[in-house]
Amino acid sequence: MSLSDMSSEMSLGDLRADFPVFADGDPERPLAYLDSAASSQMPRQVIEAMVNFQSHSYANIHRGLYRLSGASTAAYDSARQTVASFIGASDRNEVIFTSGATASLNFLAYSWGEKNIQAGDEIALPLSEHHANLVPWQQLALRKGAKLRWIELTPEGTIDWASLQEALSHRPKLLTFAWVSNVFGTVHPVAKIAKLAHEAGATVVLDGSQGVPHLECDVQRLGVDFLAFSGHKMLGPTGIGVLWGRMSCLEELPPFLYGGDMISIVKRERSSWAEIPNRFEAGTPNITGAVGLSAACAYLSRIGFADIRSHDLMLMEYAIRRLEEAGATVLGPKDLQQRSGVLSFRYKKLHPHDIATILGRDEVCVRAGHHCCQPLMREIGMTGTTRASFYVYNTRADIDRLAESLAKVGDIFHIAPCPCTKIGHKPAPLASDAAPCTQEESCGECSCKLLNQSH
Amino acid sequence: MDDTNIFDDDLYRQIIIDHYQNPHHQGALECPTHHLEGFNASCGDSLELDLKIEDGKVTAVGFEGSGCAISMTSTSMLTDLILGKSVEEAKRITKAFKARLLGKDEDGCEDVDIGELEALDGVKAYPVRIKCALLSWNTLSEGLEHPEGLIMQ
Ligand SMILES: Cc1ncc(COP(=O)(O)O)c(C=O)c1O
Repeated sequence: MSLSDMSSEMSLGDLRADFPVFADGDPERPLAYLDSAASSQMPRQVIEAMVNFQSHSYANIHRGLYRLSGASTAAYDSARQTVASFIGASDRNEVIFTSGATASLNFLAYSWGEKNIQAGDEIALPLSEHHANLVPWQQLALRKGAKLRWIELTPEGTIDWASLQEALSHRPKLLTFAWVSNVFGTVHPVAKIAKLAHEAGATVVLDGSQGVPHLECDVQRLGVDFLAFSGHKMLGPTGIGVLWGRMSCLEELPPFLYGGDMISIVKRERSSWAEIPNRFEAGTPNITGAVGLSAACAYLSRIGFADIRSHDLMLMEYAIRRLEEAGATVLGPKDLQQRSGVLSFRYKKLHPHDIATILGRDEVCVRAGHHCCQPLMREIGMTGTTRASFYVYNTRADIDRLAESLAKVGDIFHIAPCPCTKIGHKPAPLASDAAPCTQEESCGECSCKLLNQSH
Repeated sequence: MDDTNIFDDDLYRQIIIDHYQNPHHQGALECPTHHLEGFNASCGDSLELDLKIEDGKVTAVGFEGSGCAISMTSTSMLTDLILGKSVEEAKRITKAFKARLLGKDEDGCEDVDIGELEALDGVKAYPVRIKCALLSWNTLSEGLEHPEGLIMQ
């Protein structure tokens, strides 16, 4: 395929050319990178911002009394301002740089958790949380004798409203949840949930790891108290992430890491703390990473989230169609508007690792397994799913490659295409391994039987 | 698109697909002397391997579990290979197969016949999948090395 074919399929213009990784490899078989929910690729603008900074403006920040340290400090402060504007924070000091979402959530579990959680208290969270937003709270609960209150999901992977309300009726101290599920791709209605949770007296933490890269973020409108996310899923580098907190909430938090840069006065017996955010950023931070993240924010803002969103939905609609035609069972909400750029599927009862291995040989990069959501997998009775995830640089051609490669998986395992889809019948998304169709000519995998006894 | 000959697949050879689709000795044993459990955390694959060992010989074997084609096939082949063998022979096959997949030299393995397991040679080119091929063998060798807590009767 020629490059011009490809760009005509893109709603976002020719920005694929900004990503050096796509210039590598075999032009006849370009990289079909469908794993951005794990880590996105970096555009040259972000790479160059880091190289420039590292080459010409780099020194330790804060205490240096020479020009270069001043330049470095200015770049770091300016990165904080860019990120703050990007998420709609009213004060750049509400942005705390961390090493990533995992570090942000652990910070909260220690700093907020140790102070606010006592024996018998409850922490509410959906079953679909990533281990990064589950294990820190589970361990906090174990340390304190507190209780985790699980919020159930519907078979489509949306939050079960009755279960949420039931959980809130126990007046949990904290509600924590992901903006977008990294398994189902479900976009949860954050503002609505946050409002209910606040009415029930809970502090609200949002794991924005999959949401911030894809959806317009305005912390005022989201209405949560804390927000965690990572740079490497939004075109930025690894090793940098953010914890945003409403200033009134941050002011209540004790420091978690102690050391240099976070103190005001250190005496032999005791110390006092620096102002926020330095109080929460002990030690030398990832300065170059912050510069990279800020360049990524600028890049995404230039595209604009309205276009990013419509591009995601265009790819999602196309991918669901192609995958179902290929005989795959797509998980997650049927309503496109409730989805973001993550698409999990099952294919003919095959193990996701076999599927991903065969796809990988065709340079089709997907992720397979439990996606760091073991409690969810156990709940829906699967050991894992195969997951394709999209971002700004993906095209319909990538999805064609996915579908073609999936057909190859079927060939290797001698599986005929689903007769149900051949006759134009669309299998509904299945949340679990339902009983296979008993019709002799059926694929044995799809949900036709549940919908319609006769094919 | 390229046209890889699917019958020539370097990893998913026909014999592997056959075992995967019709695994041998599937199902728990009625009265095992050994019940071994294996788990592959990163894949979520799990295995329960039942053995009946009488007079130092494997007289019956059965397994239950779920996993990818590589791990299921490897388990199915394991059951074929160790059935009727002495515990010592089973250990030697284990050692020989592990050495082969991990590309290591292991003394005393040169003459061990690993039979159909040769079909799993393709796994060597996929380092992250080696643990799939070894799940049942690691389960077996750990069980045979530390049989104390595992004997049910
Ligand atoms: C929903 C969600 N939360 C948290 C994380 C953890 O992010 P990181 O590994 O960057 O800390 C991820 C990444 O996989 C995620 O998808």
